[in-house]
Amino acid sequence: MTWAVFAQNIVNGISLGSLYALVAIGYTMVYGILRLINFAHSDVFMLGAYMLFYIDFMFRLPWWLTFVLAAVLTGVLGITIERVAYRPLRQAPRISSLISAIGISFFIQNLGLVVFGGRPKPFPVPQFFSQSYMVGSVYMANISWVVPVFSGLLMLGLTMLVYRTKVGLAMRAISHDMDTSSLMSVNVDGIIAITFGVGSALAAAGGIMWALKYPQINPLMGTVPGIKAFIAAVLGGIGSIPGAMIGGMLLGMLEIMLVALMPTLSGFRDAFAYLVLIVILLARPTGLLGREFREKV
Amino acid sequence: MKEPKELSVRGLTMRFGGLTAVRDFELELARGELVGLIGPNGAGKTTVFNVVTGVYRPTAGSVSAAGVDITGWRPDRVCRQGIARTFQNIRLMKSLSVLDNVIVGHRLRLKSSLPAAILRTPGYVKEEQSMARECLELLDALGLVRYANAPAGGLPYGEQRRVEVARALATRPRVLLLDEPAAGMNPSESMALCQFIQRVRSDFDLTVLLIEHDMSVVMGICERITVLDHGETIASGEPADIQANQRVIEAYLGVGFKNVAAH
Amino acid sequence: MLGVYNPARARLKLLLTFGGLAVLAAAIWWGNANLSSYNLRILNLAGINAILAVSMNLIFGFTGLFSLGHAGFMAVGAYTCALLTLPVATKDSIFLLAPLAWPFSVITLPPIAAVVCAGATAGLMAYLTGFPVLRLRGDYLGIATLGFAEIIRVVANNIPSITNGALGLKGIPSFASNLWWTWGCVGITVFVISRLVNSVYGRSLLAVREDEVAAEIMGVNRTYHKTVAYVIGSFFAGVGGALMGSLVTTIDPKTFGFTLTFNILIIVVAGGLGSITGSVLTSVIYTVLLEALRPIEASWRIGPLRVPEIPGLRMVVFSLVLLVIILFYQRGLFGGREFSWDRVLDWIDRRRSRKQGVRA
Repeated sequence: MTWAVFAQNIVNGISLGSLYALVAIGYTMVYGILRLINFAHSDVFMLGAYMLFYIDFMFRLPWWLTFVLAAVLTGVLGITIERVAYRPLRQAPRISSLISAIGISFFIQNLGLVVFGGRPKPFPVPQFFSQSYMVGSVYMANISWVVPVFSGLLMLGLTMLVYRTKVGLAMRAISHDMDTSSLMSVNVDGIIAITFGVGSALAAAGGIMWALKYPQINPLMGTVPGIKAFIAAVLGGIGSIPGAMIGGMLLGMLEIMLVALMPTLSGFRDAFAYLVLIVILLARPTGLLGREFREKV
Repeated sequence: MKEPKELSVRGLTMRFGGLTAVRDFELELARGELVGLIGPNGAGKTTVFNVVTGVYRPTAGSVSAAGVDITGWRPDRVCRQGIARTFQNIRLMKSLSVLDNVIVGHRLRLKSSLPAAILRTPGYVKEEQSMARECLELLDALGLVRYANAPAGGLPYGEQRRVEVARALATRPRVLLLDEPAAGMNPSESMALCQFIQRVRSDFDLTVLLIEHDMSVVMGICERITVLDHGETIASGEPADIQANQRVIEAYLGVGFKNVAAH
Repeated sequence: MLGVYNPARARLKLLLTFGGLAVLAAAIWWGNANLSSYNLRILNLAGINAILAVSMNLIFGFTGLFSLGHAGFMAVGAYTCALLTLPVATKDSIFLLAPLAWPFSVITLPPIAAVVCAGATAGLMAYLTGFPVLRLRGDYLGIATLGFAEIIRVVANNIPSITNGALGLKGIPSFASNLWWTWGCVGITVFVISRLVNSVYGRSLLAVREDEVAAEIMGVNRTYHKTVAYVIGSFFAGVGGALMGSLVTTIDPKTFGFTLTFNILIIVVAGGLGSITGSVLTSVIYTVLLEALRPIEASWRIGPLRVPEIPGLRMVVFSLVLLVIILFYQRGLFGGREFSWDRVLDWIDRRRSRKQGVRA
């Protein structure tokens, strides 16, 4: 492999990894607080892309405004899902909310198939993103650096939110102990709603950037990146935000490198993610940065 | 040849990361003894139990039961070697009936194979019936038989403790480790518990190691006592000696107690 | 659970059991002869779902292992059975990408032997994968088993000399379109698994579910028991997969995505964790409901207005129904209870004594 190709792969790996990371954060935040694998997250990811598609189609606003609107609306949608499908089950056995999440996921996918249609739609990509040029001997489209830079900014913002604000403090408190937090007059319902809102908005951003990279959208487009992002979250130690970021980057990079270094194995690319996951879990049963739990006997 | 000790712990050290929970712990239980293990909260008493029963692998030291070195064995193998225990925070299978809980303890002597159990061979059915009968007898002996079919989690607290003892006894242990059996009991309940423990010991021919905070229980029934503080053994001997031991008093009440007592 | 042994009632129960089985056999015999092939297909599918649900209930409901690998074991079973039952001539005509590997290329087994092999292969796979992953706990176990299932699927896609790759297998002999086959297997599955969970071994499985650590300290070898549940459950997942392949006659790797596992999981939870009765009945309800909703997709005519056909609408309604069930029946439809003649007889006794009480 030449240096140029190698650099190209590094760029691709970072780009893919940062998208995984962005979506993984949504899984990990919800898991950290509710101990719930939010299987509907990958469908929220898909809805983000459709949201932008339809807003753009109907209003023809400036692109950045369309983007913000789509992310905000998807965030609101995430809050609604939590209110309708998860909050009533908070005291129920944990498996009930998981089934509810699967039910919501089925519902969104099927509704998507009915409303949006099963046929892929071409995603509107502003010219800026697809413009490309050579840097040295590496071929770069603007999208290749926009995705990691913008994801990085979003993650930075999220880190500030979680570790530097009162809302973030409340989130961390709830993820430690929900009951005690509510006794300490933390507004648990409100904070959980914010968590879902923020996580869903990030998923929307991820979905939109995914669609910018692969400009065909369909109602099932969330499944594969969604499950990969989830793997990334588990890899990093589910419940840990830095873990989700590291897991996402690691997974993206490894996937790209597998295909680059061993092209004959590219058919196994999707299996590879799981293999990495299983190997890491066997070495560290709670992921890279997961809180190790020692049961008190 | 001298009979090997029922339980012998030598030079036991247990470290969790940087924290040393127990250091150089020594303990020997002769057959039929009833020994107390006391100390303030966090002294490392339960850690000793956990190492002995195989929940943790010790950092250093050895554990042997009736002459067999069981250091680092899996808990279920330790149990087969004749060591049973109860838990500080009761750990019954809450949704299972009391009888089923006891059967789970009794189960380790089951000889029938899995296919025999699925096919309900005559041999298996006979074994299951005699197992149920023995378990009911055991519950009867401990005055618990009327709860046999009730879910264990629904019983009053004190009864749950007794069910835990029943479950431990169903494994037919040689050594029984009791972790704070009197926790949450009032004085008259504690008295009843003392009698219960002594009766169980003689009826089942057991050696008992007891962790307890309730001094009336410990001083009342233990023949020997070992005191732990911050993982260190600070005293060991007969109840009267322990009561008079200055280090023990300081560990429990803090330095300066002497002065208060002097007034 | 032990009760007072009552010989008269025991005889009555045995009689009732045989009576029930006879009625069931008559129903199967009648159904095979008289039902339309469409209705038969639904009932066969319900039976297969029941096998899958009961086997998952053993793993998750009774033993507490959150395993999401069912679709993978089904795939293993389905491919094994298909490769063993397909006539050699058919095999020659479908394997276009690469010639079929020996020994599959030369042998054809009778369905019974093939289904047993399918279960055994799935069970073996479970044994091999269970060995490392069963020490993981809770959701981590779930995601690792899901991973194994997906790996199996991706591998199936990439070994054309055995699986025919993405093209899949066609023309699988459809012995499972016979109710005796599917519901016979349901009977065997229920028999084996209910016997298992009601034995002393089953008590140990429940103990592991309730409190792993305490169970182990009471002498229960938890790795052994987890493996037993996982392997037996996966065996029947393999059987279910084999029957499903035979029922639909065409399989490819896409058939066995994790959505399939989720469907079974939904049945198990909706029927009640730890209730075999619940799993079987919910499988039937689930399968039939899914079909019963089909008419809402058709085009409607309200007076002069014509609502066009909306494909996919039934799945939307179906997921809504599902959500409502989950939100309102949090313990499952049957809440962990089992059917037993004792329960029925007690109920009749109570009714009767109440009536007499009123008269007196």
